[in-house]
Amino acid sequence: MVEVNSWGRLEAGRHQLLPLTQHPCTTLPLAAHGLAYGMGRSYGDVCLNPGGALWATRGLDRLLAWDEEAGILTCEAGVLLRDIQRLLVPRGWMLPVTPGTQLVTVGGAIANDVHGKNHHVHGTFGDNVQQLQLLRTDGELMDCSAVRRPDWFAATVGGLGLTGVITQASLRMRRVQGPWLDTETIAYASLDEFFALADASEAEWEHTVSWIDCMSGQTGRGIFMRGNMSAMAGGPSPSARKLTIPFAPPISLVNRLSLRPFNAAYYHLHRRNSGRQPAHYEPFFYPLDNIQEWNRIYGRKGFYQYQCVLPRQGGMEAVQAMLRAITAAREGSFLGVLKTFGNRPAPGMLSFARPGVTLALDFPNKGTSTLRLFERLDAVLREAQGCLYPAKDARMPRDLFEAGYPRLAEFLRYRDPGIRSAFSQRTMGS
Amino acid sequence: MPNHDKTIVLVGATSAIAEHCARVWLQQGVARLVLVGRDAARLERLADDLRIRSPGTDISAMHGDLVRPESIQDIADSITAHGCPDRVLIAHGALPEQTECQADLAEAEKAMHLNGISPALFAEAFAAHMARAGAGTLGIIGSVAGDRGRKSNYVYGAAKGLVTRYAEGLQHRFAGTGIKVVLIKPGPTDTPMTAHLKSQGAKLAPVEEVARAIVRGMEQGQPEIYVPGKWRWIMLVIRNLPRFVFNKMDI
Repeated sequence: MVEVNSWGRLEAGRHQLLPLTQHPCTTLPLAAHGLAYGMGRSYGDVCLNPGGALWATRGLDRLLAWDEEAGILTCEAGVLLRDIQRLLVPRGWMLPVTPGTQLVTVGGAIANDVHGKNHHVHGTFGDNVQQLQLLRTDGELMDCSAVRRPDWFAATVGGLGLTGVITQASLRMRRVQGPWLDTETIAYASLDEFFALADASEAEWEHTVSWIDCMSGQTGRGIFMRGNMSAMAGGPSPSARKLTIPFAPPISLVNRLSLRPFNAAYYHLHRRNSGRQPAHYEPFFYPLDNIQEWNRIYGRKGFYQYQCVLPRQGGMEAVQAMLRAITAAREGSFLGVLKTFGNRPAPGMLSFARPGVTLALDFPNKGTSTLRLFERLDAVLREAQGCLYPAKDARMPRDLFEAGYPRLAEFLRYRDPGIRSAFSQRTMGS
Repeated sequence: MPNHDKTIVLVGATSAIAEHCARVWLQQGVARLVLVGRDAARLERLADDLRIRSPGTDISAMHGDLVRPESIQDIADSITAHGCPDRVLIAHGALPEQTECQADLAEAEKAMHLNGISPALFAEAFAAHMARAGAGTLGIIGSVAGDRGRKSNYVYGAAKGLVTRYAEGLQHRFAGTGIKVVLIKPGPTDTPMTAHLKSQGAKLAPVEEVARAIVRGMEQGQPEIYVPGKWRWIMLVIRNLPRFVFNKMDI
């Protein structure tokens, strides 16, 4: 048994670690209850199974086929998105959808149906999966796609690893003319301005995202960023130098003293540097990947992320109410993200990304006071009929999960009885 | 790029360390890569993966018995028939269960053959070709376990100790020539071979880092590499501990 934690570092649980290495994977090492585990970059407990087994998938990292004509890459599920990008971007291909870090596995990206800054153009990661292979604990091996066993496909995309272990996938790549983006940074002074910018950018800009100052109260000021892949030659490639946070300090470096001044400084600095500039895709898409173990800045108690999506109808008022509550509680962090999703249906039964606006904020774990703040945010969320993102969650109440995921009952029919996670036990009862 | 016209041979190519060394070399550019191993299907899968990573490299797989001397000779001869390779990395092995080896001499013999005699014979076979060509770098994976016999794994340690002496002998033989012999001593590395250690909570070095250090060391022709480097100092201490202290340690 070995201690394994997730990205939020809230509570390390003891697990039996069983590495999967040989492909084709046709059986899973015996365990009472197991769960696939890739990079452990989900924040809460969807990747944990304390007291049970984790099937570590990082050893399944071979590329199986590359069809340059069609732009389809078939690979094992433990391949990192970073390795795909670094191999294929120089050849003029890129993953259409990647999350804010490329240090995740293909299997994890499918199981959490992650999204990027271009949801309104390319949808979610699952929208770009042509086919996947699922290994059930009873030994059955299934190929699924949107046309072949579409029900299994819809259950597995965003299925949090609970339908079986994803062993390989075929991914649709998109053409790019180089690693550079044409980007524009615009400061906004209110949520009204944010929504106007987001809507106006949808037609012309592929990538849109914004940093929001969570200490700005209900006005909601922030920095809006948008970008398009471009053929231009930018400046020098980003340095490969990496910073590592060497240890978790006894108290969070993000605290009452640092929170407000840092957010204000960040806002004013970027407001001054607003305008158009070329950006390499790595720092633009994955701004924190060069700071290894940045999650340690929140100290030994770890941190939560609260990421919700709210329908556009009433969404602005709900974001305002949440910002009011957060500012009043003086909790939060430097990492606040506000972004609109495109108006498209989700590929998975439990997919998170859906039409609306998503707010994501990190909170250092201060125990009950943090949890109490979340209850206030939950109340706003319920009222606005929004939902929380399982990949980021470590505490949502079961009824909130059920309300936010209306296809849950349908999904449960596809669960593998030999698989469970701390999240599934918490929100689905087993 | 220093390696664009080079031929590289990996013996025990499906081992995690060799596989990652292949990826590092291919990023630098390699003309020809020969993968040697026991399992044809696994080799073919590995070759497919590496061909996607480096379409410009001529990648071939060769499977055979890695223990019988005639088979070792055949493999070395048929690879060198196309020209003497510039780099040969001998990386095969399997970590045996010490207690099983103690209980069953056949197990002990098998482990010592695979981890000690076989790598030494591969080194000898390729060394002959390199001697004729007057150039080449021969990398042999030993282990920190070969530095001092310990109760927890002395069967494996003895085999790797044999590799150490053999590499020293080859280095002496080729001193002052264009042939470099590089003895590589990895500490516990995160690979399938050490999966059981990991589940017991051992701290293991990431295989990508180990592979980068091995390729760097071979390109520089260093006589002896510990990866990660800290093992040089740890083993210096372990080797020199007086017996009355050493014997009290549970390692």
